[in-house]
Amino acid sequence: MAFAAFATAEAQPQAPKKRSRIALFLLLPGILYLVLFFLTPLISLVLTSLQAPSEFGDIGVYDYAFNWQNYVTVVNSYLPHILRSFGYALAATVFALLFSYPLAYFIGVKARRWPLLQSLMLVLVIAPFFISFLLRTLAWKQILSDESFVITSLKALSLMAPDGHFTGTPFAVIFGLTYRFIPFMTVPLYSALERLDIRYLEAGSDLYANPFTVFRKITVPLSMPGIVAGTLLTFIPAAGDYINASRDFLGSTDTQMMGNVIEANFLVLQNYPAAAALSIILMAVILVIVGVYVKRSGTEDLL
Amino acid sequence: MMMSVRQFAERGADLELVGIQKRFPGFTAIEELDLTIPAGSFFALLGPSGCGKTTTLRLVAGLEEPTKGRILIGGNDVTDTKSHQRPVNTVFQSYALFPHMTIIENVAFGLKRRRIGDALAKAHEALRLVELDHLAQRKPQQLSGGQQQRVALARAIVNRPALLLLDEPLGALDLKLRRQMQLELKTIQEEVGLTFLHVTHDQEEAMTMADTVAVMNKGAIEQMGAPEVLYELPRTSFVANFLGQSNLFTGRVVDTTSAAITVAAAGQRITVPLSRAQRHQGEVTVGVRPEKVTLHVEAPIDTSERNVLGPGRVIDVSFSGVSTQYIVDIPGAGAVVVFAQNVGSGPVAGVDSQVWLSWAIDHGFGLDDVPSETGRFPADDSTSSIAAQRREDLVSELEEN
Repeated sequence: MAFAAFATAEAQPQAPKKRSRIALFLLLPGILYLVLFFLTPLISLVLTSLQAPSEFGDIGVYDYAFNWQNYVTVVNSYLPHILRSFGYALAATVFALLFSYPLAYFIGVKARRWPLLQSLMLVLVIAPFFISFLLRTLAWKQILSDESFVITSLKALSLMAPDGHFTGTPFAVIFGLTYRFIPFMTVPLYSALERLDIRYLEAGSDLYANPFTVFRKITVPLSMPGIVAGTLLTFIPAAGDYINASRDFLGSTDTQMMGNVIEANFLVLQNYPAAAALSIILMAVILVIVGVYVKRSGTEDLL
Repeated sequence: MMMSVRQFAERGADLELVGIQKRFPGFTAIEELDLTIPAGSFFALLGPSGCGKTTTLRLVAGLEEPTKGRILIGGNDVTDTKSHQRPVNTVFQSYALFPHMTIIENVAFGLKRRRIGDALAKAHEALRLVELDHLAQRKPQQLSGGQQQRVALARAIVNRPALLLLDEPLGALDLKLRRQMQLELKTIQEEVGLTFLHVTHDQEEAMTMADTVAVMNKGAIEQMGAPEVLYELPRTSFVANFLGQSNLFTGRVVDTTSAAITVAAAGQRITVPLSRAQRHQGEVTVGVRPEKVTLHVEAPIDTSERNVLGPGRVIDVSFSGVSTQYIVDIPGAGAVVVFAQNVGSGPVAGVDSQVWLSWAIDHGFGLDDVPSETGRFPADDSTSSIAAQRREDLVSELEEN
């Protein structure tokens, strides 16, 4: 749904004039799939979010209603989590961009003369995908735990307070999110930078632009499609991530994000309407942010 | 002192290349290049692809660094300065218009970087010069190739660089647009008084536009001079064949008078004026342009004013409207090309007919090449003296006016 914003922005290619039954027939599985697995749960989620507790039932039993106060209640009780989610996601997106851009630039532009190095580095960027994300996060928990070599060394060098922790802090969660989404950021940036025509940079330099201005005025705008795609691929899932922020991984009770709250409401508190309302809020806020972002970045004719 | 890029150049500047050498991993693009281009001239570097002409241009623009040698613009050594610090602009072969900017933003780009006031007004003025001001708000990809080329030109000249570099800018255009652009370039050069350095593999383009043409081959300049001089008196067989076509004959000098030398070639005697021959003894290559050769169907009377070859056999006739090209096989001399103007009514000789050829002695030329040497002829070391001569001519011309 988020990508509907792209579709309208793009110039519509000429559709074939003749209506074809075969085309409709081929579309059918896709439409059925979307109705069954996207539209139905969505409607069910909206209905659940408006449910009221059953008057005579047990805990966890709800009746259909139009109890819109659910939204007010969850915003009131979970506002810090909502803000934290988007704050962490934003920070992780910025860090991932700062880390990935030079990397993607090196692979896509500087390494062009050595195709073998280029492919090797790309494989290394994608390699983490071959190991389960849960395992990797657990590994980071080990590496960064209080008794680990890294942390004890930092403490020995007085770079960290003797009673300091790394896991359980907001910084650890943002670190985990950044780490997780670096490949999602690097690959679209690479595909945009790999197509970057060096002759534009030469022309910029010929027209009195110093290297920094060339980067700001030519390289960045021309790689904008990659930046937009990468930041969206990072920000959207990061805002809903509940692994990194979880107590079992890199987080603590002070770093809970929306995903953790939704999980707790669904599975522990059995407060389904609250969990559904939070999910809808998460989705709506992301849609608004993405819509404004795509419109403002003005990448319509570059996509 | 560095020439500031913060202000417009008052006029074109001299370009001097001193002992330039450029090596890339695996090959040498430029062996040893000395070149002086006087201010305000339209200079063309002509050569086949891979001869080092584009590398020369990129060295001047600052997009490549020379392995050896110095580059001076208007007397200032710019060898160690970066591209954006040089008072030079380039019209790229690919145009390289920024696709994310409108036409007017493209044209104003250089002015804004130099913080020159009224950038937009000046950019509009430059677009009016190339008659594209009505397209100022379009994006480059919405323009045709010819229009993009003119925008690239406007984007370069709006900066009033001391030196304008043109990298085969007319390559992608059709014939009619080419003519139009050639004319426009020439007009702009005369109006604005910039120094133009034009790189091309199109000999016709170089000859119609440039005041001075340097023919480049394998990383060095073979010959340099005014287009007419180059065409009339080529010094090497490369120049003779790259700049138009030539019929060349090699033989030993058998007779020398105070006015001419006579070479025994192709079983005949070919005489060339002493003043038009570079070497006067030993093995010498002499030649004549195909359009200066006359075709005879009967043996012409031998006179002291013309060379006669024949009899030979016509092996090919091709009609091209204005003229007809004959290829005549002369025993001992090989194939000789003749261009005959179609002033009569069509071809006068058919394939396989017996013909004789003649040309005025004054029209022949003698090359400087040593025929036994197959390698490249060493660089023309008198380039700077030609340029200096050219500059003196310009100075005296200016004083007269």
